[in-house]
Amino acid sequence: MRSSRSVTAVALASALVLAACGGAGETPANNGGAKSGEPAPGVTDTEVVIGSHHPLTGPAAPGYSKISVGARAVYDYINDGGGVNGRKITYKVEDDGYNPTKTVEVVKKLVLEDKVFAIVGGLGTPTHSKVLDYLTTEGVPDVLVSSGALMWNAPEKHPNTFGYQLDYTREGKIQGKFIKEKLAGKKVGLLVQNDDIGTDTQKGLDQFIKDQIVERKTYDPANTDVTPQISALQAAGAEVVVCECIPAFTALTILTSLKIGYKPQLMVSSIGADPATLTGLVEQFAKQGGTQVSGGALLTGIMGTRYLPSVRGASDPWTEFFKGIHDKYIPQEPFTDTMVYGMVQAYTFSQALKAAGKDLTRQKLLDAMSSGELKGPGLTPFAYSKDDHAGYTGALVFQIAADGSVNTLEEAMTTDTESGEVKAVDDKRPTPQEVKLVG
Amino acid sequence: MLNKLPPVVVHLLAALGCLVLLVLLTFAADPFTNLRIATVGYYLIAVAGLALLTGFNGQVSLGHGAFMFIGAYTVALLVKRVPAFPIWADLLLATVAGGVAGLLAGAAAARLRGPYLAGATLALAVGLPAVTQRFPELLAGSNGLSFTVNSQPAGLVGTIPSTQWQAWIVWLAVLLALVVLANLARGKLGRTLRAVRDDEVAASLAGVHVGRTKILAFLVSSACGGLAGGLQAFLLGTAAPGSFTVALSLSLLAALVLGGLGSLWGALWGAIALVYFQVWTDDIAEVLSLRSDISDNLPLALYGVVLIVVVLAFPAGIQGGLRKLWVRVRRPVPSQRGEAS
Amino acid sequence: MTTFFNLTLAGLSSGAVFAALGLSLVIIYRATRVVNFAQPALALISSYVAYSVTKGTGSYWLGFAAAIVVGTVLGIAVERLLVRPLRNAPELSPIIATMGLLLVLQAVAGMIWSNEPHAFSYAFDFRGRFSAADLFAVLAVLVTATGVLLLFKFTSLGLRMRAAAFNPEVARLLGVRVGVMLTLGWGLAAAVGSLAGLLAVPPFISPTVLDEVFVFALTAAVLGGLDNPLGTIVGGLALGIGLSYVAGLLGPELVPLAALAILVSVLAVRPAGLFGRATARRV
Repeated sequence: MRSSRSVTAVALASALVLAACGGAGETPANNGGAKSGEPAPGVTDTEVVIGSHHPLTGPAAPGYSKISVGARAVYDYINDGGGVNGRKITYKVEDDGYNPTKTVEVVKKLVLEDKVFAIVGGLGTPTHSKVLDYLTTEGVPDVLVSSGALMWNAPEKHPNTFGYQLDYTREGKIQGKFIKEKLAGKKVGLLVQNDDIGTDTQKGLDQFIKDQIVERKTYDPANTDVTPQISALQAAGAEVVVCECIPAFTALTILTSLKIGYKPQLMVSSIGADPATLTGLVEQFAKQGGTQVSGGALLTGIMGTRYLPSVRGASDPWTEFFKGIHDKYIPQEPFTDTMVYGMVQAYTFSQALKAAGKDLTRQKLLDAMSSGELKGPGLTPFAYSKDDHAGYTGALVFQIAADGSVNTLEEAMTTDTESGEVKAVDDKRPTPQEVKLVG
Repeated sequence: MLNKLPPVVVHLLAALGCLVLLVLLTFAADPFTNLRIATVGYYLIAVAGLALLTGFNGQVSLGHGAFMFIGAYTVALLVKRVPAFPIWADLLLATVAGGVAGLLAGAAAARLRGPYLAGATLALAVGLPAVTQRFPELLAGSNGLSFTVNSQPAGLVGTIPSTQWQAWIVWLAVLLALVVLANLARGKLGRTLRAVRDDEVAASLAGVHVGRTKILAFLVSSACGGLAGGLQAFLLGTAAPGSFTVALSLSLLAALVLGGLGSLWGALWGAIALVYFQVWTDDIAEVLSLRSDISDNLPLALYGVVLIVVVLAFPAGIQGGLRKLWVRVRRPVPSQRGEAS
Repeated sequence: MTTFFNLTLAGLSSGAVFAALGLSLVIIYRATRVVNFAQPALALISSYVAYSVTKGTGSYWLGFAAAIVVGTVLGIAVERLLVRPLRNAPELSPIIATMGLLLVLQAVAGMIWSNEPHAFSYAFDFRGRFSAADLFAVLAVLVTATGVLLLFKFTSLGLRMRAAAFNPEVARLLGVRVGVMLTLGWGLAAAVGSLAGLLAVPPFISPTVLDEVFVFALTAAVLGGLDNPLGTIVGGLALGIGLSYVAGLLGPELVPLAALAILVSVLAVRPAGLFGRATARRV
């Protein structure tokens, strides 16, 4: 064993020499910093290249794999109409399988090899949080992140990053206030995903219904048996269950409750309350569960929050507009709220791109994002300003009716992530005609 | 002349040569290719460790991702909690942590054989990352840890791209570890490992302590896994449970078989294959521009097909194929292979 | 007490599924000494076939039958085309080859049926702590397992299959058509695996739906002893019930760790599983 000991000594010595340069966790003396003023990568007179990362395969793909399909259809529509400021948008989607290691690899590929102008709608908290520092250092615009975590709104630390969807704390506040007022005195149970969705939501709910909450359970997306959690909520006597779940787990909650004979009032957050997707998942079980009525029966009465137009909602000019794009470019795909999520995202980015002007730089895109003038398909305004990079700021509360359509219980409210008031939205939404990008 | 030097010197010289070549290569490559070069590096040491365990010692592990998990979290926690430690100390501790875990796993596994060991290690790969759910404050639950590693000397910042520097560090660590592995494989331990693999009874009659040998193989192999995980964390600045799935463990084993069992060269081909098959299949899927359902799944399908074809057509892996080719080229000359070849 | 009772019942129905998939692994392992990593993918494809047939015809049972048939055919094809050419290859080759097949079949399923989930029916009413659907799952597995055990123990076909697996050379001398027997073993295993898939998949089917079940099924098979079908059934049920207690009493996030702990502690005492023959040579 003598040789291996000498090898270790040599190894140590050379490692010392080569890497003896301060602590690995210390901040280096000079950090790269955003590079502004240089010609923007990924931009030519006729093209702008953007990238994104989504789970297209693997256990996390269900529920997410169609977002980029919707987004791509919108970009195709815009490109067929001549592009934005004369530039066609090339949309590169990398599959990261919801694996953070893979996310870092593919985002570095997009930045270094594909030389994208911006990352648009990178999906997921565990995944996207791992490239946040990198994108900041490289000065790559990182806009409309597909996650409701609070960390995307940190203009000081991450000046290039902008949120998109309603964050979990704001949503918790709006749900909490609604429950306190309209479901007063009822015992509330929580079922939340075992990551920041759970903690952030609770921060919002607790401002209003801390004393009403009797039980809190988490689920792991990899484990599809939620019987233990639902049983615990039932045992605690919860009359209202707030479900901060992705669509498959909303559906599992519905079916598991049916299985164990539990009938709480469900309040579902926007990430898992897409009635079209839910109907597809549970429809078949209505008949089998012995219910007399078909389809929507299992969903009737479920409440939820949303900040985007719904494919099942009352006629909305934006839904019709996106339906038109859907029917033309991807008629074979189901038209769901999840798909609309991707379409709104793509449309919003294109609006920002247009506002950034003909002489496109990364800084101009960021300026357009933080100008506060972006108004689009969503039901509530964006928070965007110089000091605020949060996305949508509120939501309406709806209920699913027996025929699968959705009724609004409370018009859109808007609020902040702290203890600010929850108040009605007074902004007027523009119509597709008013902010049209094509023709 | 090389034959006269002790193997450790030969291995060190070879490693030094490789390092020089690699540094030159990194100057020719663009920043992203350098990231891939570094990625090949950490996969190489993980697969090489597995080669020692599975190829030399015959113990099949379906759970080597678990040791990478340990290494990655060791580096992550050290960077975040003990920021004053330099990166080489973090990596060394990641290697030690992997080795300690391997010692425990090896002790539990020493009596198991074949598929029983495979089943137990698979359960390890599934079970261990769940620890993060149990200690969400320390290990950050399913979101995992995110950090930036400061390693580049101030004088080099800005003069060479960070991925190039990272590739150097990764390969320095990998080559040093490979020197240790190559020495072990060539020396007494290597012979003992093979003897135990080929016939436990005969080996024990010859005075080999079978159980201890198996545990030692596990220890060395897991230390390599820990180092690989540490290097991955260093390179990518992340440690999250979603990265250490069963799929990772299985792909390490696949890389070992693709490259060729029973030789550390096989580990190199396997690691290159692991990184570049994925690149090619992704490119193919992108070029064909098919419907999303098909193009999303195409890389996976192609990867599966490659595994099947290689196993059916080249059972000895890439290294086996190369050796056959080499023998054919050299046939006119009577073979006289030197120790250092 | 009710909690305990409920958890036992829940564990019984999930354990039945582990047992069935584990049984299919054991049949294959006995026949060809291969741990078939493609087993969940074979079950997946047959379940997707059931999904399509049921959707087209409106009959659950037509889908069920189609799944079993397709599963059997797939199993036979895999043995003939993939496993037989590898019979003299190193021990690891079939593992890698079946793993490759797993990737291919999961990808193909995604290509045909998309990676988005679809609703997949239960055989019967699923309402209730121990519903008709749960009862059916447990009964179907017990009946199938009994059938397999009887086949091996008491029929001449079973005897020939065991002989072909145990000692192919001698069996061949005795006039057993070894190749046919091995193929039959794979077909039988794949049929049992398809049954397990049909029971495990509901309520939603997506390409990776059976991955977790497969890990627990392999754990069950190793627990019981890979050579022993009866041991696997017991191992599967015990694992299902044990994990159900852990999930219900300690928390669902501990399930994977608990599976590891159970497996390690059993193997520490009995290295060849609870009911495996101790083949370890004493030295």
